Amino acid sequence: MRNPLSKTIVGIQPSGIRKFFDIVNEMDDAISLGVGEPDFDTPWHIRDEGIYSLEKGRTFYTSNAGLKELKTEISRYLERKCSVSYDPDHEIIVTVGGSEAIDLAMRAMLDPGDEVLIPQPSFVSYLPCAALAGGVPAVIELKAEHEFRLTAEELRAAITPKSKLLVLPFPNNPTGSIMRREDLEEIAKVVLEHDLYLLSDEIYAELTYGEEAHVTIASLPGMRERTILINGFSKAYAMTGWRLGYACGPQLILEQMLKIHQYAIMCAPTTSQYAAVEALRNGDADVEKMRNEYDARRRYLLHRFREMGIPCFEPYGAFYMFPCIKKFGMTSEEFAERLLECEKVAVVPGTAFGAGGEGFVRVSYASSLSDLKKAAEHIERFVRRLECV
Amino acid sequence: MREKILAFIEKNSRIAIKELAIMLGVNEAAVMNELEAMEQEHVICGYHTLINWDKTGIEKVTAMIEVRVTPQRGMGFDKVAERIYNYPEVESVYLISGGFDFMVTLEGKTLREVSQFVSEKLSPLDSVLSTKTNFILKKYKDHGTIMAEPAKDERMKIAP
Repeated sequence: MRNPLSKTIVGIQPSGIRKFFDIVNEMDDAISLGVGEPDFDTPWHIRDEGIYSLEKGRTFYTSNAGLKELKTEISRYLERKCSVSYDPDHEIIVTVGGSEAIDLAMRAMLDPGDEVLIPQPSFVSYLPCAALAGGVPAVIELKAEHEFRLTAEELRAAITPKSKLLVLPFPNNPTGSIMRREDLEEIAKVVLEHDLYLLSDEIYAELTYGEEAHVTIASLPGMRERTILINGFSKAYAMTGWRLGYACGPQLILEQMLKIHQYAIMCAPTTSQYAAVEALRNGDADVEKMRNEYDARRRYLLHRFREMGIPCFEPYGAFYMFPCIKKFGMTSEEFAERLLECEKVAVVPGTAFGAGGEGFVRVSYASSLSDLKKAAEHIERFVRRLECV
Repeated sequence: MREKILAFIEKNSRIAIKELAIMLGVNEAAVMNELEAMEQEHVICGYHTLINWDKTGIEKVTAMIEVRVTPQRGMGFDKVAERIYNYPEVESVYLISGGFDFMVTLEGKTLREVSQFVSEKLSPLDSVLSTKTNFILKKYKDHGTIMAEPAKDERMKIAP
C-alpha cells in the first residue's frame, strides 16, 4: 500500500499542550490555572439572541463573508474602539474563530519559501499554519528583559530577503505582554523599510489593563494597507464555544482569503453570527465588567507571586501571567509536572509556546478568585518545599 | 475609588481589606479610611448575609404587600412610611410609582402571622386605603444572586 500521508502534515509536531492535557484530565480534583478561555458564561442577552435566532428558524447559511449586519457592526466597533475603518462589503470576513483567520491569511499570502517571522513565546497555531501554507517559519525569540515585547532591533536581526509576513501576537498569549503605541511605531518603521506584511492577532485587545487602551498597528500611518487585523468574540465576550472571529484588511488580500473560506468552510455558524451582532450592539458594559474582574485577579495573583519571591513582570494584557521559575533548577515541564503531582495545581509549561518559553510557566487567571487563592497557597507550599531542599 | 470599593463589597462584604487593597492597586490605609467614611456617611448601611432559608429547617413566609394610602398633610408619604417601617416584622418599604403607593415586604413564621399583621396592624392605620397581599412561593434570585447551586466549571482543564 502507498503511504497515505502528506509529508508536510507528518512533519508538523502535535501541540505540546496535548501531552500535559492528558495528565491533567485524569485528575478530577486538580485546580487548573491552565485554561486559555474565560471562566465567565457568555452574557445572557447574547445567548438569548442566539436562542431567538434558532426559534425564528434562522438556520440557513449566511453569505460567505458573513451577515451584512454583523460586518457593519464589526466595522463600527473597530472605528469606535481602534480608530481604523474597514468597508463592511469588501474588507471584513467573519471566520470560525480567530484561528481560521490566521490560517486564511497565511494561505492567501504565502508562496513556497516565503519566510514568516513569528515572535515566540506565542500562540501555538502560527508556526503550523505557516508551514501548512508552504511558508518557512522563522522564530524571533522574545526576551524576558524586554517583558516579552518585540523590539525593532530583534525584528531587524531576523529579517532576510525572503521575509514576507510578520506575525504580531499582542496582547500576548502566554506572556500577557502588550505593545504600546511607541513600541508599535518602531516596528512600523522596520515594516516599511523592508516591505513586510503584517498579521496582527488582536484577539485579546479588549483585555488590556492600565491607563492606556489597546492600540492596533493598523491605525498607524502606512500600516493599514499591509495589515491583516484579526480579532473575535471568544475572549472579549466569553464566547469561545461559539467559534466566531473575523479578519479585516485590504480588499486585494481579503478577496483571496474569501476564496479559501468559501471553499473550505462556506460560512461561520449562523446562530453565532446573530449572537455576535447583539454582543457588538449591546455588550460594552459586559466587556468592561469582565475586564475589571480580570484586572483585580491580575493584581492579586501578581502580588502573590512576588510575595513568594517568584520573579514575574507585570502583564498588561490577556489573562495570563508568565512567572520565571529558573531559580528552582528545573525545566518548565518538570516544574509543571511536579506542581501538579505534589499540589494538584495545573499550569502550562512555557515551552508549549516555543522553545523560548523555557524557564517560565503560563498561569491563567481566568478562574474564580477563590480558586486563585487556593492555587496560590498550594504553589507557595510547593516552592517553600523546593527552597528547603 | 468609592465606586470600585462598593462594587467589590456589594458582592462580597467579607473580603479582607488587605486583599481589596491589592486588587484595587491602592494602599490598605486608603481603603480602610474610605470604608470608615462611607460607614459614617451611611453610604454603607450594613453588612448582611444572603441566606437561602429554604435550605434550612426554619419555616418562613414572605409577602409583598401593595399598599394604597392617603398622604398626610404637610408630611407627604414619609410619615406614613415611618409608621409602617417601624414595625420590626417589616423587611422593606418602598415608595412606588404606578397603581399603588408602597411596596411592603413582610416576613413571618406562618401565613397566619403575616395575615394577622396585615389585618390588625397595617390595614387599620388611618391613612391606609387598601392592601393587596402577595405571598412569595419560591425565590429564584435575590440581590443579584441565583439561588440554585452554581454550575460546575466544565471547561477543558488545559487549553491553548
